[in-house]
Amino acid sequence: MLTFIARRLLLSIPTLLFISFAVFMLLQLAPGDPMAQVPLTVPDAVKEKMREALGLGEPPLVQYWKWLVQVFWIEPKVLIDYLTASSTLFSWLPDTALYQGELRVISWQTRSPVMDIVVQRMPQTLWVVGLAYVVGVLIALPIGVYSAYRQYSVFDQAGTFVTMIGFSIPPFFTGPLLIVIFSVGLGWFPSIYDTTHEVTDWDSFVVQLQQMIMPVMVLALQTTAQISRYMRAAMLDNLGADYVRTARAKGLSEAVVVNIHVLRNSMIPVVTVIALGVPAIFGGAIITENVFKVNGIGQLLITALFANDLPMVMTLTFIFAVLIVLFNLIADVLYGVLDPRIRYD
Amino acid sequence: MTEPVPASPKAIEALRDEGPLAPPRSQAADVWAQFRKHKGAMMGAAVLIFITLAVLLGPYIWTLDPQRLDIRNKDLRPIYTALWDGTANVSWGHPFGTDNLGRDQLAQMIAGGRASLAVGWAAMVLSLLIGTGVGVLAGYFRRLDGPLMRITDLFLSLPILPLLLVAVTLFRQPLRAAFGPEGGMFILIVTIVGITSWMPTARIVRGDILALKEREFILAARSIGTTSGKIIRRHLLPNVLSPIMVSATLGLATAIITESALSFLGVGFPSDFPTWGKMLADAVPRMSEFPERVVLPGTAISLTVLSVNYLGDGLRDALDPRLRGR
Repeated sequence: MLTFIARRLLLSIPTLLFISFAVFMLLQLAPGDPMAQVPLTVPDAVKEKMREALGLGEPPLVQYWKWLVQVFWIEPKVLIDYLTASSTLFSWLPDTALYQGELRVISWQTRSPVMDIVVQRMPQTLWVVGLAYVVGVLIALPIGVYSAYRQYSVFDQAGTFVTMIGFSIPPFFTGPLLIVIFSVGLGWFPSIYDTTHEVTDWDSFVVQLQQMIMPVMVLALQTTAQISRYMRAAMLDNLGADYVRTARAKGLSEAVVVNIHVLRNSMIPVVTVIALGVPAIFGGAIITENVFKVNGIGQLLITALFANDLPMVMTLTFIFAVLIVLFNLIADVLYGVLDPRIRYD
Repeated sequence: MTEPVPASPKAIEALRDEGPLAPPRSQAADVWAQFRKHKGAMMGAAVLIFITLAVLLGPYIWTLDPQRLDIRNKDLRPIYTALWDGTANVSWGHPFGTDNLGRDQLAQMIAGGRASLAVGWAAMVLSLLIGTGVGVLAGYFRRLDGPLMRITDLFLSLPILPLLLVAVTLFRQPLRAAFGPEGGMFILIVTIVGITSWMPTARIVRGDILALKEREFILAARSIGTTSGKIIRRHLLPNVLSPIMVSATLGLATAIITESALSFLGVGFPSDFPTWGKMLADAVPRMSEFPERVVLPGTAISLTVLSVNYLGDGLRDALDPRLRGR
């Protein structure tokens, strides 16, 4: 198992390098110029200096190498410095001063390090997207189990119809629809996610809950549709198996047979699907964040794209790629851990 | 010489068929019989055919120009709002109402549907071609299997939506200059959606080809000297047609949704060229006053995708010989 994980981790390094290289070369073709906003009165020599300060003006391969160094060498140093200096968890360690003021990945929009902005935006995305995923999975599992247990019943037919709808209605339609119904028509929830809102007491917690309900539900609908389909299929595969007949024959109650014997076996493929879906939901959240004006990672990517902020786009795309590769690995490992019949050697 | 024994008429009577034999059933008839049992799939097929016909023939029946500005008749509500709101500003000349520039919504819906469905079909066909090609090559030629599957894995670990956005914003200008604003965007979106969605098809086709090529009929074909190309075309491709058709329906659904998502985020077709996603996106800022402008294109997208998904579900059941006849 350990050798398998090690091999997969090693294999993911060239994959990630290739992806980052491809994206970097793609971005080199971008028509925009970061100096376009600079006034025309600025002399060309000064502009050239400014361009060099942003790390431009060198051959693309050199730029790519510098980007690699910045992301894999300088940014970790900043992170370690932060951890040992000001985080609560590791501040007992002696202060390391690894970061000596080298050039970090700089955003062309704000002229500040990309990673700082990403760290600022991360909590909103994680709260909304993460909660949506958990809610979606929690709704999906019982629906899938019960639809499979009562196959072709009214509940199953209705569940299939709802999951089909969840597959088919895109988030950029459900989002505005929910806003029209619940914030314009009924006035229950705000239509815009207020990131500056701080939870201090019960009332502000209720406000936070209200503004989170709609984006979470939009994202959760899609998760529910997918996961409950898989759950139903996996349960159906197992319900007809011989060991289920044995369990029933030895007099176990239906609840024990379904919830312990069948469910645990059916969860094996479903858990991997859940793991595989995590990066996809980050990507899908781009649209939902845009609809509800959540200023998370997806919204950051969109604004960076429109502002021609290539280092930001590059780094964010790379973060998405890392998430995908990482969760693919986690899914494979989970599969092996949960199912002892799978052998990776 | 012995006398020929007259055959007993009784025995022949027993062997004779009661009625005319039923003609042998073709595979297509079997598939069709199973497909008709799936009510959702039949509904889906009917809705999809209706929508396709509506957007294809619509411009000849509803001849209003979707781009014509009729500023005196702007902001008309759809005709059905008169049912509950007698004071609503409606007109039989514009049954779906008009937008804030007075463009007829029904004509826009038809034109938008043409664009959305055209992009969906073209992207689906492209991704099927790539996927089937890669799958067949990887499954049939053992030497290509490793590299091609590594490439497939690589594509699967690409972040699709961010990359789509990046590619669209980057290549918009040159392609627009080369093929015109609409043509360039069409080529760009179709190519990008096609290139980023072929991987599931390739995996399924490869798996099926790997199993098929060990079968006896392939061995027989090879032993009479059939070339690889002929084997693939005559013996392998017809046998993997059913998984390809199922993934075609899924591909059509994702392509339509992806195009609408790009239009919604504002990187799709130019602003005067209606597609369903674009109409939806344009209507969002004023949706509290005119909710129908969001609901109509949104319903059109959802209904199309829903019908395509049901169609795929029914096709999967109908094309699977193990499920057929049950």
